[in-house]
Amino acid sequence: MTDRDWAYISNDLIYVALFAYAFAFLFYAFETAFSVRASASMDRSRTVKSNRVGTVFFLIGSTALALGVIARGVSAGRAPLGNMYEFSISGALTFALAYLLIGRKYDLRWLGLPIALLLLIILGTAVTLLYRPSAPLVPALQSIWLVIHVAAAVTSGGIFLLSNAVASTYLWLDRVERKGERSEFAKRFPSLEVLDQLSYRMVAFVFPLWTFAIIAGAIWAEAAWGRYWGWDPKETWSFITWILYAAYLHARVTAGWKGRKAAWLSLIAGSSYLFNYVYINVWGSGRHTYSGL
Amino acid sequence: MSAPELQGTSFFRYLWRQLTSMRNALILLLLLGLASIPGSLFPQRTQSPLKVREYFENDPNTAKWMDRFYLFDVYGSPWFSAIYILLFISLIGCVVPRTWHYAKEALSKPSAAPGTLTQFEFHQGSDGSLDQAEAWLKKNRFRITRSEGAIAAEKGYLRETGNLIFHLALIVILLGVGASSVFGMRGEAIVTIGERFINVPTSYDNLAPGRFFDVADMPAFVVTAANFEAKYDPETRQPLDYKLTALVSESTKDQPERKIVRVNQPLTFGDSRVYLQANGFSPLVTVRDQDGNIKFEGPVPFLPQDANLTSIGAIKVPDMNPQIGFVASFFPTAARDEVRGGFSSYPDLLDPRLLVSVWQGDLKMDSGVPQSVYRIDTSEMERIGLWGLSIGESYTFGNPEVGTITLNGAVPWVNLQVVKDPGKPWALAGSIVAITSLMASLFIRQRRIFVRASNGKLEVAGLALNRLPGLEDEIKRMVSEVSR
Repeated sequence: MTDRDWAYISNDLIYVALFAYAFAFLFYAFETAFSVRASASMDRSRTVKSNRVGTVFFLIGSTALALGVIARGVSAGRAPLGNMYEFSISGALTFALAYLLIGRKYDLRWLGLPIALLLLIILGTAVTLLYRPSAPLVPALQSIWLVIHVAAAVTSGGIFLLSNAVASTYLWLDRVERKGERSEFAKRFPSLEVLDQLSYRMVAFVFPLWTFAIIAGAIWAEAAWGRYWGWDPKETWSFITWILYAAYLHARVTAGWKGRKAAWLSLIAGSSYLFNYVYINVWGSGRHTYSGL
Repeated sequence: MSAPELQGTSFFRYLWRQLTSMRNALILLLLLGLASIPGSLFPQRTQSPLKVREYFENDPNTAKWMDRFYLFDVYGSPWFSAIYILLFISLIGCVVPRTWHYAKEALSKPSAAPGTLTQFEFHQGSDGSLDQAEAWLKKNRFRITRSEGAIAAEKGYLRETGNLIFHLALIVILLGVGASSVFGMRGEAIVTIGERFINVPTSYDNLAPGRFFDVADMPAFVVTAANFEAKYDPETRQPLDYKLTALVSESTKDQPERKIVRVNQPLTFGDSRVYLQANGFSPLVTVRDQDGNIKFEGPVPFLPQDANLTSIGAIKVPDMNPQIGFVASFFPTAARDEVRGGFSSYPDLLDPRLLVSVWQGDLKMDSGVPQSVYRIDTSEMERIGLWGLSIGESYTFGNPEVGTITLNGAVPWVNLQVVKDPGKPWALAGSIVAITSLMASLFIRQRRIFVRASNGKLEVAGLALNRLPGLEDEIKRMVSEVSR
């Protein structure tokens, strides 16, 4: 098979993933819609089944996505981490895998609906706005550090996003609880305490990886650009994200912040990552912007 | 307590306490993040001086005010420096006293078990004796304090060690960065293929030495640019590979060694490195006067304006009387359209063309004002010709005839960036230590286990000091193994 064939296969697989996640979203939405108005005595067998079907589609989508990312790499003859389209599909993959992996330990089924929605948004923008044909890399990107630096950054991004999804759930449930008791629907979600810990645990787990992504980037920048730190806009914003998450960890561990305040801080830190990814890549200037996103 | 009432040393003590408080350290940390934002939104002098100049040209008044607040030099500005210096003083103030305190604590044993254990986590009963419990804890490498009828045990001291080392490593990184900017230097030089670069200050097109950089520290090396190959994708025109073959030696007398330099593959001389940063073309021209005497001959580096190496440059011939200057554009692959006029449509020499406009008069090279080698001040000159040359062609200019210019060919040039960075190993070592110790501080469980004997049985409970999960299982395992 030629490189071009692999590129077509990859595109098809990404579309399969997109459709599978769309179905997963529909089934999760069906389940949610029925549970929202449910009373304690309702027969749940149908919503449970709907959730299961949703999860099956989610697994199909994740498998297709994983294969699609691999095929993209084969077609380009390198790790599929060379432009924004490839960051997006790889990032979506780590995000989905992190959700499935953490879901083995904690029951995260309740998070299925927003996760499927986020995946649809990421993959949807990737195939419509960011798509670029599979191509070799410019000389500055021809380095083993591409894989190390970008994989670490993309994985961190996926887990930061997941942690933010949990923190948002926390804030929503916190509001619900302040108004009174949880509705029957909201009772399916874990307690505030668990959500708070889970969101924190993910940040604490991935913060060293993010630190590593920045250091690996610095080592690479030293080899390619002659300086390890130059306040390039992308570097600046990774630094800001780092600082915000460092402040978050300090606030939790040393200053004893918990709950609402901590959740807001982690959302702000997460948005700085998103801003760095979207705004700086698309509208920003600097050395991280290579032609064609 | 308000500050003005305080006198002398107590006032400083007050300031010091304020600075090293956790709350203020956090505020400073967030401020540092906030303060680095403007530098990513406005162009910075160190990275894009041309864009800064655009600001000054488009709206001089606003630009002047922005400049007063250092918005074009954010990362070197007094306010940015103030924040990070305060933050690092605060960091030192937090970490150093704690190191001392910690060193004492690290060598000591845990304090004795409290009287009642019911208020602790995972409180449960167990069979077995205190001796058995102590043996188990010892086997699992807990530190143990045995008191009358009770044991207090602690494990995971490395967490706090990691935390402290992490912060010390940050200080090392900052010192490394500082050392580079003070004792280091960076410079750039355009070297046409076939030419030689000798590492002395006068070889550079621009040189930025650190404040305490000593010219004597400049490592001795000679780099001859022997060959340069650029590969492009013929369809997308995207560069695929830049490869410079260099002949390298420590002095002009030594036998040179052949080395390959690529974008991700610099040359190393001690703590200095030589990077391949950019490339372009130098048209090879000969200029003769009307009698056929050669007045200028050689390659002239031109400055690329786009990815296809549409280049501009100037050929100055001060030896003719009156002086002659050529304001020129070079197109490796010439193309033309109505909007842009002449331009290059491919970055390699497929159909090279040199477009010259000939000026006669005073080049003002002796005015004392440093001049760009790529531009000519034509204010006191008169244009006497305009022509496009392909390789091998000559153009006779002036009426009556003044001279001829011949394009003999074009050779590539490379831009070599030389960086001396003595703080780099420190910054790298600091980073490696920082990330290792960071992981220790985040992932190591520091926990205490208390055991108390009561009525021939044991009472066990624990305390997860940094709330990481796992203590419950550990205590259960202990209970089941001790009861056996």
